Amino acid sequence: MSRRTTLPPSLALLPFLGFLTIFLLIPTVTVVVGAFQEGGEFSTANIEALFSEAALRTLWNSVLLSASTAVIGAVFGSLLAYIVVMASPTSLFRRSVTSMASVLAQFGGVTLAFAFIATLGFSGVVTELLRDTVNLDIFGTGWLFGLPGLILVYTYFQIPLMVIVFLPALEGLRPQWREAAVNLGATGWQYWTQVAIPLLRPAFLGATLLLFANAFAAYATAAALVSQGNPIVPLLIRAALTSEILLGRQNLAFALAFQMIIVVAVVMTAYALLVRRTSRWLR
Amino acid sequence: MAREIRHLRNVGIGLCALILTACSAPSDDGDGGDGASAAEEATSAEDFGGMDELVAAAQEEGELNVIALPPDWANYGEIIETFSEKYDIKVNSAQPDAASQDEINAANQLEGTDRAPDVFDLGQSVALANTDMFAPYQVETWDSIPDEFKDPDGTWVNDYGGYMSIGYDSNEVPEVSTLDDLLGSEFRGSVALNGDPTQAGAAFSGVVMAAIANGGSADDVAPGVEYFQKLNDAGNFLPVDPTPATVESGQTPVVIDWDYLNAALAEDVPGWTVVVPEEAVVGGYYFQAINADAPHPAAARLWQEFLYSDEGQNLWLKGGARPVRAEAMAEEGTIDQELYDALPPVEGEPVIPTNEQTEQAAQYLSENWAKVVG
Repeated sequence: MSRRTTLPPSLALLPFLGFLTIFLLIPTVTVVVGAFQEGGEFSTANIEALFSEAALRTLWNSVLLSASTAVIGAVFGSLLAYIVVMASPTSLFRRSVTSMASVLAQFGGVTLAFAFIATLGFSGVVTELLRDTVNLDIFGTGWLFGLPGLILVYTYFQIPLMVIVFLPALEGLRPQWREAAVNLGATGWQYWTQVAIPLLRPAFLGATLLLFANAFAAYATAAALVSQGNPIVPLLIRAALTSEILLGRQNLAFALAFQMIIVVAVVMTAYALLVRRTSRWLR
Repeated sequence: MAREIRHLRNVGIGLCALILTACSAPSDDGDGGDGASAAEEATSAEDFGGMDELVAAAQEEGELNVIALPPDWANYGEIIETFSEKYDIKVNSAQPDAASQDEINAANQLEGTDRAPDVFDLGQSVALANTDMFAPYQVETWDSIPDEFKDPDGTWVNDYGGYMSIGYDSNEVPEVSTLDDLLGSEFRGSVALNGDPTQAGAAFSGVVMAAIANGGSADDVAPGVEYFQKLNDAGNFLPVDPTPATVESGQTPVVIDWDYLNAALAEDVPGWTVVVPEEAVVGGYYFQAINADAPHPAAARLWQEFLYSDEGQNLWLKGGARPVRAEAMAEEGTIDQELYDALPPVEGEPVIPTNEQTEQAAQYLSENWAKVVG
């Protein structure tokens, strides 16, 4: 009798596990196996190729891009979220900012790249306006199509994403805590540094990590924007698969994907350790 | 309930009958079945029983799948249209902007479906690395194609080629005659290369050209990379993929690309001038081949016949490309002389990198190009 009642819930997990197997487990295993093969045989040549100067430079660029846009997104996004949370939940300002953030956080890929090209590209609206009015050339030598451009463009979806994921944490800050702190004689500064920030830190770091992973794995925006050089790892994977000059590097693509998995795993482990320490007293 | 089951059973019987007739159809119609397998094996129009039969077999198939043929590349837009109208065959042009390797990838991924590409137009290294995927075929004009431009069995045949060139808008920038001219401050943020040399054949040849102009060779492309480094340090190198749109809008006033691609731009941009630098003439031909697993084998072969006919060759010439039969046609007087004379003049012995040289140079680029644009 009791067995009959406990079976259904675990059965309900099956579709999820099936999904996990097909879309996470099998691809991951394929990537790891492929990374250690060359021509169908075991080889570490592609793993060694990850440590070449060019590959390391690309990895560094990728980490730099992801980390900088994660930090920029986290700082400005949390400030914006704070301003939003100060407004009344029914106010037009709050509702419009949250709905705009939800839309823009998903605004990526070719459309986003094109929007920036149409705005800041050689004949972009803003570029032409500044050129005609104050004789200022913001296009320069095409910084938009390299790493600096990617940082700017990624920020465009990182900030709204931060607003969305950080807003619930800010909403969880109860006014009573501030009142209690003030009653005990705390200044505003003391309330923030000793109460609010420690409480928000795990959520803030978690959101920043999400932003990092979001930027690290983003491909379509960069692919639409960058055509010269392969400044970041996802573009290097593209090159390994489609180059008509350097052939037979499919397994290098696996190795690069494996490298990306490791980077995200390292960041997530570091985050888990950090959260365990900072939130110990919460338990 | 019982009636429903009987009803279903009838449907089932009907389906079985349908499947049976569908399966048996080829054996009833012996010509059709043999025709399809014969088309796959055919190595010349004669195997079909002549051009008329080849045309008939191709029209029976009714469609042709081509891939990675941009309409503004070597006049492919008009070539496809002319072929389609002449033979009343629908041409499905997939991924016009794709790279050579994408063509091979598509053939592997779509193998066995009727969407797989029938024919390829490939860069040298991709073509030579995948010859086992090609079906050998010799067009009727086979004898007038120079030996160095074809595989002895017709597994692949060079179709058209050209020379690396500098195209520039003479209304925007000073006159250009050598690569060194581009290092001047008048060219700030102006010089674009067609693609990334670690990925695209045209850009790769651009680097080889720069190498030869600066004391290197097809065996030593390092001076070419150094040249682009200097260009980038001077702030002249523009990391933008040049297209007719970027040229027309003035975004890319100088483009390093094949002469036929640059020449095609002159139509829309007044003042667009194409030079093949005298000190560094780099040539390159594309490779035409038939997919061995082509879903439309007869149409694929008819496409080859069309491309290598005088008409097809002149259409390429109209796009500024040098068709592989150009010299023979000039002797016969079948070439469009006006177009032939309009090609940019080329002086000096052209360098065409071999496959080994390409591989070695590609390896060097994969390690060093990122430093230039990084």
